[in-house]
Amino acid sequence: MSELSVKHLLGIKYLNANDIDLIFKTADHFKEVINRPIKKVPSLRDITIANLFFENSTRTKLSFELAEKRLSADVINFSASQSSVKKGETLIDTVNNILSMKVDIVVMRHPNVGAGVFLSKHVDAKIINAGDGTHEHPTQALLDSYSIREKLGSVKGKKIVIVGDVLHSRVALSNIFALQLQGAKVKVCGPTTLIPKYISSLGVEVETNLKKALEWCDVANVLRVQHERMDIKYFPSTREYTQLFGINKEILDNLGKKIVIMHPGPINRGVEITSDVADSNESIILNQVENGVAVRMAIIYLLAQQIKR
Amino acid sequence: MSRKTLLNSKDIEIILHRLACQLIENHNDFSNTVLIGLQPRGSFLATRLASLLKTEYQIKNLQLGFLDITFYRDDFRRRDAPLAATATDIDFLIEGKQVVLIDDVLFSGRSIRAALTAIQSYGRPEHIELLVLIDRRFSRHLPIQPNYRGRQVDAINEEKVLVTWNETHKKDAVYIEQK
Repeated sequence: MSELSVKHLLGIKYLNANDIDLIFKTADHFKEVINRPIKKVPSLRDITIANLFFENSTRTKLSFELAEKRLSADVINFSASQSSVKKGETLIDTVNNILSMKVDIVVMRHPNVGAGVFLSKHVDAKIINAGDGTHEHPTQALLDSYSIREKLGSVKGKKIVIVGDVLHSRVALSNIFALQLQGAKVKVCGPTTLIPKYISSLGVEVETNLKKALEWCDVANVLRVQHERMDIKYFPSTREYTQLFGINKEILDNLGKKIVIMHPGPINRGVEITSDVADSNESIILNQVENGVAVRMAIIYLLAQQIKR
Repeated sequence: MSRKTLLNSKDIEIILHRLACQLIENHNDFSNTVLIGLQPRGSFLATRLASLLKTEYQIKNLQLGFLDITFYRDDFRRRDAPLAATATDIDFLIEGKQVVLIDDVLFSGRSIRAALTAIQSYGRPEHIELLVLIDRRFSRHLPIQPNYRGRQVDAINEEKVLVTWNETHKKDAVYIEQK
């Protein structure tokens, strides 16, 4: 297998296990490339990529842009806050205008669920979903799995617990799909108000006791509490959340085993995770960021391969 | 499809010794020289030459690397079958070094063109030479010629030159296949 089964990367839901394997093998090569003195290859010289961010982002946007530039693609950037979207332009109009400038691939983050799928049906370009509302964030899930594979050798059979605000998290949903595809066991842990009602239909167990969840797992993927998406109170206070679901050094030291700590960023230090844990040897948070560039290069490279002139 | 044997294992053995001696003639003790096998097929020849130089000709500290050129090819997205990358394994810098690129068959020269670009990612070499086992004459698309060649052949375009190695096919041989 050296070709993806999909034409766009809209979500992990649409991928199969072979696709993930191919992406990871390709990412291995790009990881070697980005550790060279000259970290650039000329593969995508004649490809133009538009990064459309209708929602704020630091890591994902920088990571995509770097990945595109390391592949020698031409890059244009767009942020909704500084654009005509504010004047009332529709999504299709905005994107079609950008495509008239001969763009081959669109990387899009959008606050609405399904924005990527919608776009893929109406415009003639490869679409990469960089996060659509609370739905999916496929590249984050792939780089998370890639980081687990790098740290533990494989993902198959590993036990992963996703801790925190699962309800508002696109990272959680994409991670659940990706981990299950690769044969891992997944649990979620958090306040019941922040666990989606039908999560068990995905084959995911719910654990409301943090200590039990951590004792069970090999890897804890800690999510950010997304205050900006909370229109009502989901828990009494941040202090109470931290006491019940915050991961600190003391809890980890009392586990009697080492587990791997992950976080997709940005971290609320002292809320879902303390600084000493985030900066500890068990944490692979910064490896996740490095791997993000390699994984995104692999995805862009594999999708660009399908573009015929 | 007919197949003709061009070189048998004995022929290849002799050629490898000759190429090793020619390399020694130009590079002495290899203190400032690195051998780079082009992945995937050139790496077998490079590994074989390197072990010959070490065991038979007592060359110590020989630096050997493998270079994958997939991301540097000029036919990306122009082929029907997608290209799969192989690993690059160069754990040294080539700044100021004398580089010998090693591949099994030199045909259009496009792989070597890609390799010349790729190798620059590891520094600026003093100079670059090319060693090939089989040089297919009259088939070049680019002005690229080898410095060391095992055997020159005048195969026509419809013919395919196939190199098999002990490591992969249990036999050292070079064949010409007619489609």
